[in-house]
Order: sequence, then structure tokens, then C-alpha cells
Amino acid sequence: MNTDIAFVQTETIPPSPPPSSAIGPSKWIKDNLFSSIPNTILTIVTIWLIYTVLMQVVPWVANGVWTTSSLTECREVLQGKTGACFSVLSERWNQILYGFKYPVDSYWRPNLALVLLAFAAAPVMFFDLPRKMLIFTALYPFIAFWLIWGGTILGPLVALLGFVAGGYTFKTLSMKSFAAGFFGAIAAAFAIWIIGGALIPETASENAWLSPVPSRDLGGFMLNLMLGVTCVSLSLPLGVALALGRQSNMPLIKGISVVFIEFVRGVPLITLLFVASVMLAYFFPPDSTVDLFLRVVIMITMFSAAYIAEVIRGGLAALPKGQYEAADSLGLDYPQAMRLIILPQALKISIPGIVNVAVGLFKDTTLVSVISMFDLVGMIRGPILASTEWNGVYWELLGFAALLFFIVCYGISQYSQWLERRLATDHR
Amino acid sequence: MSTLTDPPKESFRLSMLIYDTRYRSLTFQVIAALVLALSFWFLGNNLIQNLRAAGLNISYSFLGDTSGYDINQVLIDYDSQSTHLRAAIVGVLNTLLVAFFACLTATVFGVIAGVLRLSNNWLVAKVMSVYVEIFRNIPVLIWIIIIFTIMTAVLPGPRAFRGDNATSSMVLDLFAFTNRGIYIPSPQFESGLFASAGLNWLLVIAFLIGSWFATRRVAAWATAKQEKTGERPSTLFINLAIWFVPFVLLMLIMGLTWDVPALKGFNFQGGIKVGGPLIALWFALSIYTGAFIAENVRAGIQAISKGQTEAASALGLRQSRVMNLVVLPQALRVIIPPLISQYLNITKNSSLAIAVGYADITATLGGITLNQTGRAIECVLLLMLFYLTISLLISVVMNFYNNAVKLRER
Repeated sequence: MNTDIAFVQTETIPPSPPPSSAIGPSKWIKDNLFSSIPNTILTIVTIWLIYTVLMQVVPWVANGVWTTSSLTECREVLQGKTGACFSVLSERWNQILYGFKYPVDSYWRPNLALVLLAFAAAPVMFFDLPRKMLIFTALYPFIAFWLIWGGTILGPLVALLGFVAGGYTFKTLSMKSFAAGFFGAIAAAFAIWIIGGALIPETASENAWLSPVPSRDLGGFMLNLMLGVTCVSLSLPLGVALALGRQSNMPLIKGISVVFIEFVRGVPLITLLFVASVMLAYFFPPDSTVDLFLRVVIMITMFSAAYIAEVIRGGLAALPKGQYEAADSLGLDYPQAMRLIILPQALKISIPGIVNVAVGLFKDTTLVSVISMFDLVGMIRGPILASTEWNGVYWELLGFAALLFFIVCYGISQYSQWLERRLATDHR
Repeated sequence: MSTLTDPPKESFRLSMLIYDTRYRSLTFQVIAALVLALSFWFLGNNLIQNLRAAGLNISYSFLGDTSGYDINQVLIDYDSQSTHLRAAIVGVLNTLLVAFFACLTATVFGVIAGVLRLSNNWLVAKVMSVYVEIFRNIPVLIWIIIIFTIMTAVLPGPRAFRGDNATSSMVLDLFAFTNRGIYIPSPQFESGLFASAGLNWLLVIAFLIGSWFATRRVAAWATAKQEKTGERPSTLFINLAIWFVPFVLLMLIMGLTWDVPALKGFNFQGGIKVGGPLIALWFALSIYTGAFIAENVRAGIQAISKGQTEAASALGLRQSRVMNLVVLPQALRVIIPPLISQYLNITKNSSLAIAVGYADITATLGGITLNQTGRAIECVLLLMLFYLTISLLISVVMNFYNNAVKLRER
């Protein structure tokens, strides 16, 4: 044994901490911002860009004036400093949101409709909520219609009764025969509508509890929301029908669907809105007056139905053939197979696409300003910017409009991503 | 004991129309045809009655009448004495002009943003996702109006360029950014080989196409040599020579000069005027659609599995070669179809020109002509026909392309 060793290390030396350049924020910065010379240049240029933008925007927002009544007063308050004139938002707030003709004392009605919309949409959007809430969702269109347009409650009530009668007829008759149920339901609904419509007295609207508001008085961001919600919800069933029609092996049905879809997808929405504003009136019975809002809803619904149909067709095509064959071998007929097996899976696949279409459609509702409807953009470009007090307040107004749309659209796309994760039931 | 009897002869019952799959599809189609015919009859009948009540008829003769309005941005000769048809053609050309340039720049923006979004530089990637989210979630109409406002309300008027203490000056003495539009120098040929400028330009384009074919030949020659000897000859300088020598010679022969815009009186004269509405539409469509293309590009690159990159690295390819030879060719197959549908969207969205007064087909035929002549049905139908034709043409091209690049499996 060698005994002249003075010191023997008996325990292991504790590991020394990594150098400061290999851990923590400094490593992160080095890896993610300055990993190479091009990266460093990119980082510096980006920081400079962000700095320039912030130096413009921050003082502009921070110095913003909220309480004056015209642009010249804003300029007096600011005394040459950079600053926004947000007073236009506070002064024209109601016009921006509701348009300039909606009766002021009735603003609570669209507000209430919006709040109720949240309750109606909740069970559709979040599956954990009690299914009973869907009853309210089914009632919502009638309530919202009555709230926003006012007038007699009998109108929406008769419409609702028609649907209830149709549904009841279908439920009882379709036990025996699907066709009998289907056509019986349509007949029952129309019977109720025609009889009910005739029974409502002409003067019912005049002394109604909610004063009637004509469609042309709707405007502002409310109009965008209404068009978006109505057209998306109407175009979903139509889109499913068109997608199934395009997949059908009946040549006539398939032909109709293909021609419709390709035609609508081939033309810009503006031309369809032109149809609504100048052409569609020629196709209604001579002595009927269909108001512009309804005509626009018809055209936008057709437009988005064609796009939704294509998205759903993609979902249908993505299903393996075995699913169709399995449904057949279980002895399900076509409506059952579609309802229970095919559509739930196909719709799940198509959700991101449908949400994309919905977001796109909501953005496209601004196009109605071109056919002189006063939606948000129409209000800004028309009455507000044309007024003498606010002539020249571009950035505040356009920025606010952009912000409103961004909040809604970004929110919807975040919801869709959440839903996609939620519905991912396959094992990966 | 049993006897075999014939199965009972099936007699046709009415309920078989619904319950027998042999007849059911026929029944449904007959019903559909009836409904279709009825609704067409209903709509057509209404149309005829309404037209008669309004004293109108369907006629396209108005296209030959004098239009009586001026258009500020034209590619072909046009004045207020021209016909409505010529106004429509001006509009078609303007639509195609803005759509073409917007497609080019949107692709550039989209590819840059899409690639940078995958950058390993955290800051750049974040800034690019902010760009994509902001532009995708705000209506294109608002972008068009915002940029049009910058063009008209922020840029100085021509007056600001005048005098000794001018507040604005031309960029490089060549470009003038005014609120009436951007003035850029225009190339002119002093001793063109043809009398008309158009033919001279065609000659230039013919030369460029020739150069392109020549470079294709050079590339084929280089590949052949590489396969024979294993060495790829450098083609960079040959290609540069092919592109530039004939072009520069042609320019020298034809005497290229630049007509620089200059302030004369109250406005700029000379050069090419690119109007504010055109710039607004072009730029807004580019950045808006660029955000969508960026997402397509990102998805396309991410769709290529990591194994491909690793395999290419294992073969010893350099980083740039991995991208050029392995990832991009496969990613393009994923990127191109949605890219083309974005081009279609640009063409259709260019109809928003009417909001800023750019004279595209929607603004001329669907706007002023419609209002002047009152021929709503004819104008809207022609308008739809034009867009449908463009869409179908692009779809046909896309299908050809898809078939050409389709993955051919064993």
C-alpha cells in the first residue's frame, strides 16, 4: 500500500453550477435572439421597427382626448402635441354601435338580445352545459326578432307555432312513414302560418308594447353582428344539405348542388349584394315588398352556404369508406346513417373550416356598406366622417372598427382551436 | 311433403316509389325536377311581370351607346365619348392589372412571413405571428380604406413640392409621392424598331422569354454533363450573360430613355401616374392575402415530416440543399393548391375597388354604367359572367397543375 499520499478524496465533489452563459435568461437570449450573425441583424432590425411603431402609437394613445365635441376643440386641447381625438368615439358611440336611426330609447332591446345570444349560443358552443338549455336556443330567434324589430309579438309567435306544429306532425307521422311525416310537417307549418298571418290584425303593430322598428333603421356594428349571426346559422343546414347533395348518386340532385356551389363560389360577394340591391326585387311577386335587409340575408346565406358545403364535403370525403359500409351493414337507412354515423364525424373534421368560413363571412358583412347600408364601415364613411365636427378623424374611427372586428374574429378562432383540442378523441 | 311454388308475382304498389330502393331515387329526382321547374317558372313569371310593369326589356344594346363618363386610370385609349362596352373592357383590364400585381406581392409577403414565422429567432417569429393574426382578423375593406386614407390624407399635395421652401421633395428626384397618386419614371424608346410602343414592348418581352428558354437549355446541358462526369459545371455567369447581354444590347439599339415626372404648374407631368386608389387596393390586397398565404406556406413546410430533413442530412446534403432539393419541392405540392385559391380570392376581392373609386369592372360596368343606363339585370349578369369565367379558368389551370404534381405511388 502506498501510504505517502497526503490527501484522499473520499466523497464526490458536488457538481459546480453551469456557467451563466449556459442557463437562464442569458442562454435563452443567446439561443433565440443572437444565435448567428443574420439572426442578430434580424433581431436588431425588428427591435428598431417595434420601437419606431411604439414611439408613434404610444404618445398618440396616451395624449388622447375623450371629452370634446369636435375635431377643432380636440386640436385646441392638444395644442400641437401628437394625440388622438377619441372624443369622436365617446360622442358618436351610439351611432357606431346602433346606426343613426334606431330609436334611442330602445337601445336596451338590441343590448338584451345580445346578452340573450350569449345564453342561446352557450349550449351549442360548450357541450358540458345541460342539454335543456337548447330549448332556449330554439326559442332565441323568435325572441331576438321580436326584441330588435319590435311590433306585435303575434308575428314571431305564429312563426314559432308553425315550427312547433310542423315538428309535432313530423314526430307523430314519421313513425309510420318518413315521407308522410316530412310533407305533413311542411303542410302543417304552412297552414299555421297562413291562418295565423291572416288572423293577426293589421293594426296590431301600432299599439304594441315594443314600438316597431323598420329594417332600414338598423345600422352600426349591430347590423354586422346581426348579419353575421343570422347568415351563419341559416347557412349551416343549407350547407350540409348542399354537401350531401353533391355527394349524392342521383344525377339531378348532384347537378343542382354542383352548379349552385360552383356558381356562387365563382363570383365575388359584391356582385351577389348587387343582385340583392338592384336585381332580386324583380324576382319577387309584383306587389310584394321584400325589404333590403331580408334580400341581403338571402344572398349572404347563399354565399356562405356554398363555402360551408365545400368544407363539409371535405369532411365527408375524409371519412373512410368503411364507415359508410358499417352503417349500411347495421341496416340503417340513409337519414339514420347520416344522422348517427356519418355527419357527426364529418362535421367534427370540418369544424376548423366552418369556423374559418364563419369568420370570413363576419368580416365580409362590412361589404354591405357598398350597397349603402349603414353598417359599422358605412356609418364611419358616411354620416360620421361627413359631418362638419368630425371631418378628418380617420385613425381613431378606423382603428376602433378594426379593433372591434379583431376582438370578435380572434375570439372565434381561439374558440375553434379550443374546440379542436376538445374534440380530438382519436388516439395519437 | 312440400311443393315449391313460384314466389308471389310482385305487383307494383304506389308505396314502392318511396320504400323500394329501385324506384326511390327516381321519385326523389322527379320531385326535385318538379320543384326546380316550379321555382324557375315562379321566378321567371315574376320577372316578366315586373319588367312589363316597369316598361323594361332585356337588351344588351346599351353596350354600344356613348358612356359619357371619364375614367382616371386607363390602360387603353378611352374618353367619355367611348362606348359602355369599351368602359367595361377598361374595367376588365384594370381588374386584371390589380389582381396580377397583388398576386405577385402577396406571394412575396406571404412567403417571407411564412418562412420567418418558423424562424428560430423568437422575436421575429412572434412579430410575424402578430402580423398574420392582425391582418387575418380585420376585414379587407377596412384595410383598403385605411391605406386609401394614408394615400389621400397623409401624403402631401403637389403644391407642397413647389417653391424654394418646399415641404416635400421627390425621392431620389425620380419618384413623387403625392396625394393624387405616385409618379414614377416611365421608360421610352427613342429609336424603337417599330412605330408603336406596344410592339416595341412585345419585342422586349419576346427577348426575355427567349432568354428564359436559353437558361432552361443551359440547365439541361449542365445536368447532362453532371450525370456523365459527376461534376456540375458552374452556370451562374453563363446565365447572367444570357439574361443581360441581349437585353442591354436591345435597350441600347432602341435608345432607352426615362421620362422623369416633373412639377409643372399645379401638378406633376410626365412619367407614369399610379393613382391612389390603385395603390390602396393593390397594397391592401397584398398584405391581407399575404397573411393567409403565410399560413399556407407555414403549414406546407410543417407538413413535410422531420424524417425527410433528417434523411437528407444523413445523405450529407448541406442545409441549403436540404431546403432546396428535399423540403421545398415536397412542400410546394401542399402549398400550391391553397395558394391558387388565394389568387382567386384576390381576383374576387379586387371588386372592392368600388369602395375607393378604382375603375375596375365592378366600378365601371356594375357601378356607373348600371346607374346611368338602369340596366341592372344585364349589367349584373355580365359582371357575374366575367368573374365566373376567370374563376373557372383558374380552376382548370389548378386541376392541370394538381394532376402534374400528384404524388405517384407504386
